[in-house]
Amino acid sequence: MSDLDGGGLDTVTLTIDGVEVTVPKGTRVIEAAERTGVVVPRYCYHPGIPTRPAQCRMCLVEIEGQPKLQPSCVLEAQDGMSILTASETAEKARQSVIEFLLVNHPLDCPICDAAGQCMLQDYAYVTTQLKSRVDEPKTVMGRDRIADDILYFADRCIICTRCVRFMRDVAEDDSLVVAQRGHKAYIDTFPGRDLDNPFQGNIVDVCPVGALVHEDFVFKARAWDMDATAGICPGCSTGCNVTIDTKENQIVRLKPRHNAEVNSYWMCDHGRKHLVMSNRGIRAEVPMIRDGDSLRATDWPTAIAWIAARIRQAGSNGGLGIASPNSSNENLFYFSRLLSRLGIDRWEYSVPQGSTASLPTVPRLELRADRAANGKGGELFGGTRVDAEAVPSPARAGETIVVLEDGLAEAPDGFGSEAGFFLYVGSRLPDAAREADAVLPIATFAEMDGTFTNFEGRVQRFHRALQAPGIARPAWMVLARVLAALDDLEPVSDVGAALDAMASATAAFAGMSWQGLGLKGALVGGDAAAVGAAPAEIDG
Amino acid sequence: MSWPHRHELETTTLLSRSQGDESARTLAGWVGTGGYERLRQAASMEPEAVTEIVKDSGLRGRGGAGFPTGLKWSFMPKDDGKPHYLCCNADESEPGAFKDREILRWTPHLLVEGCLIAAKAIRAEHVYIYVRGEFFPYTKILNAAVTEAYEGGYIGNDIMGTGWSCELTVHTGAGAYIAGEETGLMNSLMGNRAEPWMKPPFPAQAGAFGMPTTVNNVETIATVPGILEHGADWYRQWGTEKSPGTKLWCCSGHLAKPGNYELELGISLKDIIFDVCGGTPDGKKVKAVIPGGSSTAFLTGDELDCATCYEGMAEAGSSLGTASPIVMDEDTDIVVAMRRIAQFYAHESCGQCVQCREGTEWVVKILQRIEAGDGKLSDLDTLYELCEQMTGRTICVLADSVVFPLRSSMDKFRGEYEAKMRPSAVAVGG
Repeated sequence: MSDLDGGGLDTVTLTIDGVEVTVPKGTRVIEAAERTGVVVPRYCYHPGIPTRPAQCRMCLVEIEGQPKLQPSCVLEAQDGMSILTASETAEKARQSVIEFLLVNHPLDCPICDAAGQCMLQDYAYVTTQLKSRVDEPKTVMGRDRIADDILYFADRCIICTRCVRFMRDVAEDDSLVVAQRGHKAYIDTFPGRDLDNPFQGNIVDVCPVGALVHEDFVFKARAWDMDATAGICPGCSTGCNVTIDTKENQIVRLKPRHNAEVNSYWMCDHGRKHLVMSNRGIRAEVPMIRDGDSLRATDWPTAIAWIAARIRQAGSNGGLGIASPNSSNENLFYFSRLLSRLGIDRWEYSVPQGSTASLPTVPRLELRADRAANGKGGELFGGTRVDAEAVPSPARAGETIVVLEDGLAEAPDGFGSEAGFFLYVGSRLPDAAREADAVLPIATFAEMDGTFTNFEGRVQRFHRALQAPGIARPAWMVLARVLAALDDLEPVSDVGAALDAMASATAAFAGMSWQGLGLKGALVGGDAAAVGAAPAEIDG
Repeated sequence: MSWPHRHELETTTLLSRSQGDESARTLAGWVGTGGYERLRQAASMEPEAVTEIVKDSGLRGRGGAGFPTGLKWSFMPKDDGKPHYLCCNADESEPGAFKDREILRWTPHLLVEGCLIAAKAIRAEHVYIYVRGEFFPYTKILNAAVTEAYEGGYIGNDIMGTGWSCELTVHTGAGAYIAGEETGLMNSLMGNRAEPWMKPPFPAQAGAFGMPTTVNNVETIATVPGILEHGADWYRQWGTEKSPGTKLWCCSGHLAKPGNYELELGISLKDIIFDVCGGTPDGKKVKAVIPGGSSTAFLTGDELDCATCYEGMAEAGSSLGTASPIVMDEDTDIVVAMRRIAQFYAHESCGQCVQCREGTEWVVKILQRIEAGDGKLSDLDTLYELCEQMTGRTICVLADSVVFPLRSSMDKFRGEYEAKMRPSAVAVGG
């Protein structure tokens, strides 16, 4: 965001709480204040929503020498202005806003899903209003289902209209409105219309209180019982930056994480729901090796040594690799290395397809047809993309098959029965993999650190949100072990080292490092070092 | 002649000349009395010349704020290449006010003529008359007049053969007080909720449909043809230096002869109430008057000797507002009256700003409790505190509109509030 430094632009210099700051002309005071480290309390203002009605009156600040407080979200920074964000008058006004908001608020924090992450709760605490002056009975409005999967608790709503304005001004969908007026106002769908938009889940994220809640999350987890991890949504090839909220080693929800280069502040509903499904199913938890007609569980050293011995024995008879486009770059890198070590020159990946949806005002953000996180990685590591419904041909006698994470859903009966050696590396054990000579259990993307390359070649980091079951390990680590055992190399046990190895061996990733990628990522073939030097942004 | 009574203090009939005369509603009747001649005059004038005359006349906006009209017109940009609009605010809904309604009812052509003259001054290509939703019969009268004026060549293309063109549309609201706030009006006109917006942008920069717009009250616009015909000096023969001219008064409440009167600005409020309107019907003492519509501060019966002009009413601690005194006799319960006023504003709050959305309703609930005999003295402290936090904190002044009568009623009639408190509350002092 070097344009904020004003090189060559018209700038203004003002003072905010005694700190001088220079910002481009046209900057609003609320944003200028953030540059000095002051976060002016706000409700209706949201950096990703273009309209600013200045209606919550929370961000009122004092312009020194002027009696009337001004909303800093629309107040334009002017040369020589002196802003007091926390003067006595401003603090008192803010305190009264909280008092007014609590007049009819049900104070149901103990059962509210926003408790602990609620801007009303936070500011009520900050303004130290522990006792109410209100003697009057509260207005009770109840709750409503505002969309198939979203509940609206009208009593908690503070009518900041972020949700209405997200739908109207960001998603360009006017089916959400403020109904009634004054103290009877509430959020509803326009009469005769349903809220049915592929991006509607964002209204829950922008809600500063607990008024809008996803039904599949309601009463599921308290904010303080969850761990938040920076991840990348694997729902399609866009690579939206997300926060993965987990509780008791289960993913409970995904929330978008700001990245101006990818998804801005938003994500689609497909992605949001997609990953929660990954909690389901039975996992492969220990390495297994062929023992006659069955697979026998064993430990890692035994499995690796056994596989190395089998490979040496089988020799290079050619064969085929199949990998999942949801595998990380590091996984694909070591996978492709193993294949070349085995003399296999062709490997395939297929990308499931789905319908597309775009957010009109954020053209970069799209639910793309490629429903996998790393199809681009498959391409960069030399895979051959095949049709999503393509049926892999059964292995020819004696050849070697290595499968990485692919579910083999389309594999025909007897897919691997003729193979000379069949290695299955996956987090689950599909039927077709039961014919494998060895099964190595690996972590899913949520259970490990790594990177994906999105549709436009942006390499982005994701982090481990969950513990892998049993003794499953990341595929890159497992495959590097196999390679090490074959050629007496040093094993790799750190994702940074894996990425370094990948970056030095693959031109597209040259110059990239785990630290350098940071949380914003870098484009393949770009000036990775320069991106790495950019200061980290504060997420909104 | 005003409606339905008249009085010798009504020294001019600039606005009210044809009130009560049904023939003036028709085009023929209006033209017969010299109507639309001022439009012909304006059509051939330079816009600046029209604005200059109105500026010189000192005419101030009659919607309540009293902003100088000519000055407002001069804010409209020149040679900007954009279409300009005039919005005539006929969303009269301030409790106590019923002056614009009478203009719509008796002299719709006066309004149309005034609108077109104002349109000329601000270079507007389209006039919107935004009429309050409940004004069904008056809208019908206005629509009939507009149709006739279109047919007669007074609106539309080549007005009166002068080569100048201007369209006019009558738009009815859905009955919201807040649509009378100028930015709320424009939002409503554009098909949005009637929610005021934060200025800037000011209407003259980006108003209706994002274009430079001027919003003027019905009475303001209806005054313009007379000023144009007779000149600024003629208009200044009435009123005071700072508040020239005449004003339609809407007198209601406990009065012998309530109604509409056109009176010179600056005469004593006492004269209006006791002389023009004949005092209370049964001679009871006047306890209180809200002089400018329900959003202005209470005056007690002893404070009525004040000049009814913008500066005079401000000096008396209230405001001229829409010049709509509501008179309350000695039997009036001030707490009940105040509760009823607060209920109106709570009902009409658009709900954007929290101080207004929650504050107005909170005030109502406290007043209801006091009225029911369950109040305590600290409630008054709370109300004062609410008054402070509801003043100057919001996008528009609806919240302030409750504060003016509320604070003044507590200042001036505290005894009435205290008399309703829970006995124990008073005895123990709170």
